[in-house]
Amino acid sequence: MSYAVTPSQTVGPFFAIGLPWENGPLVVPEDAPGAIRITGTVYDGHGDPVPDSLIETWQTDGEGKFADLHGFGERSALGGFRGFARCGVEDGGTFELVTVKPGTLPWPGGGRQAPHIDVSVFARGMLHRCVTRIYFVDEPEANASDPVLQSVPAERRATLLAQPSADGYVFDIRLQGPNETVFFAI
Amino acid sequence: MSDDTPVSYIREPEDAHPPLDYPPYRSTVLRHPTRPLVYLPHTLTEITGPQLGPELVRESDNDLLAQHEGSPIGERIIVFGRVLDTEGKPLRDTLVEVWQANAAGRYRHVLDRWDAELDPNFSGAGRTVTDQQGRYRFVTIKPGPYPWGNHDNAWRPAHIHFSLLGRAFAQRLVTQMYFPGDPLFEFDPIFNSVREPAARERMISRFSLGDSVDHWALAYEFDIYLRGPEATPFEEAH
Repeated sequence: MSYAVTPSQTVGPFFAIGLPWENGPLVVPEDAPGAIRITGTVYDGHGDPVPDSLIETWQTDGEGKFADLHGFGERSALGGFRGFARCGVEDGGTFELVTVKPGTLPWPGGGRQAPHIDVSVFARGMLHRCVTRIYFVDEPEANASDPVLQSVPAERRATLLAQPSADGYVFDIRLQGPNETVFFAI
Repeated sequence: MSDDTPVSYIREPEDAHPPLDYPPYRSTVLRHPTRPLVYLPHTLTEITGPQLGPELVRESDNDLLAQHEGSPIGERIIVFGRVLDTEGKPLRDTLVEVWQANAAGRYRHVLDRWDAELDPNFSGAGRTVTDQQGRYRFVTIKPGPYPWGNHDNAWRPAHIHFSLLGRAFAQRLVTQMYFPGDPLFEFDPIFNSVREPAARERMISRFSLGDSVDHWALAYEFDIYLRGPEATPFEEAH
C-alpha cells in the first residue's frame, strides 16, 4: 500500500529557537586539513538580504566519499567529517560554513559529476524548501562535462558557480531578479 | 550498503506541496523563484543524507516541560506518531525536531513582537530520534494561536513546527502539525496553501483518548510520510 506525503510548510520567522545548533555550520572541524569557508548572502526579489533564512548543505569529502551511515560506497575517512551543514543566516542575510571542497562522483549513466554541494534554502515566506547546487568556477573541465550543469540553460549556469575568496568561496543566492539562482526540481 | 537502500525516490505530484508563489501569504511574493525549476535526477548526492541524531539528542530533549526549574503554564499534551515513507515503511533512528509558541501564542524569539507573556519555564524546542518502529514522542504544552499581520485580523491556527531529515537529501521535509477542529483553518493562508483538502488533512493531528494519560495529559497522534523509493532497491552482491 502506498501513502501520500505530508505536505511542506514554511519554517516561519522563528525557526532559530529550534533548528540551529552549535557547530551546525561546521561540515568539518575548523582545523581540518583543507578546510575552506563558503560564505554567501540570500537576496529577495528587491535585492535585499533575507535575514530569516536557513541554509543546509550536503556533500562528499575531497575523495568523493560520503559521511552517511547507510552508505553508498566507501565511507569518508576524513576525521570529523559530517558532510552536512546547517547555517542560520545571520543579521545582514549572510551565511558562512566551514567545509572541504568536495570530490567528483560517478554519474548513473557513466561519466563523472563535477564537485558540487547540494543546498536547501528555507525561509519565512517560503512554503517549501528551494534546492540548488554549488559548483566551483575553478573546475572548468569537470564542469564542462557535468550532466546536471550542462542541463541548465547556458546563460544561467554562472549562478551556480562559487567564486574564489580569500579563504574559500563566495556563493550568493538570489531568489528572484535578473541573476536569479537556478533552483532544481528534486 | 544495506540491501534496502533506495536508488531513487518518487517524484512528488505537483500539488503534494504548496506552491512557492502563493500571494495570499504575502511574504512569498519576493521570495519565490520566478524561473522554471530545472529537473534534477537523483544521483548519489540526493539519495544519501546526514544521519544525525544520537550525538545531538539527549534523552530528555523530547520533554519540553522539563527544560526549566518550574512547570510551564498551559495545557499539557503528548504528541506522538511515526515517521514513515510513502510505502508505509518506518524510518528508524531518524531525527525529529520541533519548535513552537507557548500557551499564550508567544515564541521565545527576540523578533516575536506579540505582546503575550513569555513563560520563564518554556523554551519551546525539542528533538528526538525515532525508534526501530519509526515512533517518536514529545511531551509539551499546547501552543496558542497568535496574530501575524499578514492581513486584517490574521491569526495562525495553533501549530507545532516539525523538521525531518529522513535518510536522504531527497526526503528532507519541514512542516507544521495542526490540531483537529481548529476554527482558524479556513482563514489561514499558510494552511490553505496546500490546495488539496485531503493533503491539508495530513497536517492535522488526531486526538487519541486511548493514548491520553488519565489525570495528566491529552494525546495527539501525528504520522509523517516522507517520499518513498521509486525503483527496486539495489540487490546486495552475494
